[in-house]
Amino acid sequence: MAMTGILRPGHVQLRVMDIDEAVNHYCNYMGLIETDRDDQGRVYLKCWDEHDKFSIVLEPSDSSGMNHMAFKVRTEQDLWRFESNVKNFGVETKRIPAGELNGCGERVSFVAPGGHRFDLFAEKEMVGNGLPTTNPPPWPEDVVGMKAIRFDHCLLYGNDHDESVRFFVEALEFELTEQVVDGDVQIAAFLSCSTKAHDIAFIRHDEPGRLHHASFLLGSWEQVLRAADIISMKDIPLDVGPTRHGLTRGMTIYYFDPSGNRNEVFAEDSYRYPDSPLLTWTADNSGQAIFYHSRTLVDSFMGVTS
Amino acid sequence: MPAHTITILDTNEQYSCNESQHLLAGMVQLGKKGIPVGCRGGGCGVCKVQITSGSYQSKKMSRARVTRDEEENDTVLACRVFPQSDIQLKVLGHLNKVVKAV
Ligand code: FES
Ligand SMILES: [Fe+2]
Repeated sequence: MAMTGILRPGHVQLRVMDIDEAVNHYCNYMGLIETDRDDQGRVYLKCWDEHDKFSIVLEPSDSSGMNHMAFKVRTEQDLWRFESNVKNFGVETKRIPAGELNGCGERVSFVAPGGHRFDLFAEKEMVGNGLPTTNPPPWPEDVVGMKAIRFDHCLLYGNDHDESVRFFVEALEFELTEQVVDGDVQIAAFLSCSTKAHDIAFIRHDEPGRLHHASFLLGSWEQVLRAADIISMKDIPLDVGPTRHGLTRGMTIYYFDPSGNRNEVFAEDSYRYPDSPLLTWTADNSGQAIFYHSRTLVDSFMGVTS
Repeated sequence: MPAHTITILDTNEQYSCNESQHLLAGMVQLGKKGIPVGCRGGGCGVCKVQITSGSYQSKKMSRARVTRDEEENDTVLACRVFPQSDIQLKVLGHLNKVVKAV
């Protein structure tokens, strides 16, 4: 069956405390492309292989963290269907008019049980990926830095973990792909709306609405090592890596943007189909589940969010 | 570049930090410990300290982690503070144990 309903993470709006430092980090170091600015001072960015106008919005603020994450749905009917699903679940929704973010259609917006705001939209202005659609070459020649291919997923820390996961499964039709469990208690949930290993993940926590990381896809393990070189060259605060995850199998490195929002770049993770089995990691093995080589939990990785 | 002596009163750990380096960078570079190290961007709040003596310059820090009042009373994020003299401080921040079960 072709993909229906929610297609993918469409964008994330991040709060940053210095817009110029943030633009420099995401564009010159990570290779994103600036596509617009608006009268609120927000800056719109996309990765090179995304066709929609933006996947990252940087919002000038006096704090860091995530304003909201948005998913793109396939059709306008999907938008209204999910709006009623969300309401039926008991979560309030509101509509945000088209154009509130430049080039984005009308959005359905709500705060999920973990305290994070999510928006859904069906339309966004298409600007293309810089390559022709007839006889395209494999990559554009003018991409710099880490050459991030696409915005891929977020990992979020929120309260009411079980309700959050139930909401994503029942109201938004995601599927649970991998989990970490301690007996009956689920500690981490990886959820997919596509054939990706995950489009969003949640970790059980006691504060609402925290961002653990926003993640970007790279082309290979070699590109992850090259990102590690850039992190040192440019004095970017490193968190963990390069290493491999047990969960999702991805090769990864974590670091922070200049406002303390954690980023990940990764490559070569697993995939799934609707009939793929749920994979489970046990809490006594969580070191290996998270960092497959060192098999050790890192305090800063586990305990730092924005 | 002038360097200053930073004293972590909780542990009596001392290290030297340049005026161009924030207090966490100076500590980490010398392999010292005492102040929790997180995002190093003023966003996560784990490096919160109370400066009890000394002068410094600071960069913008998240209002969600440090209130204006706190900042005026020298409760600051070590990763946003650049020493202008020797500094003594107490550690206030901590790394949350996120998953109590693990
Ligand atoms: S280390 Fe995150 S605020 Fe200083
Ligand atoms: Fe991730």
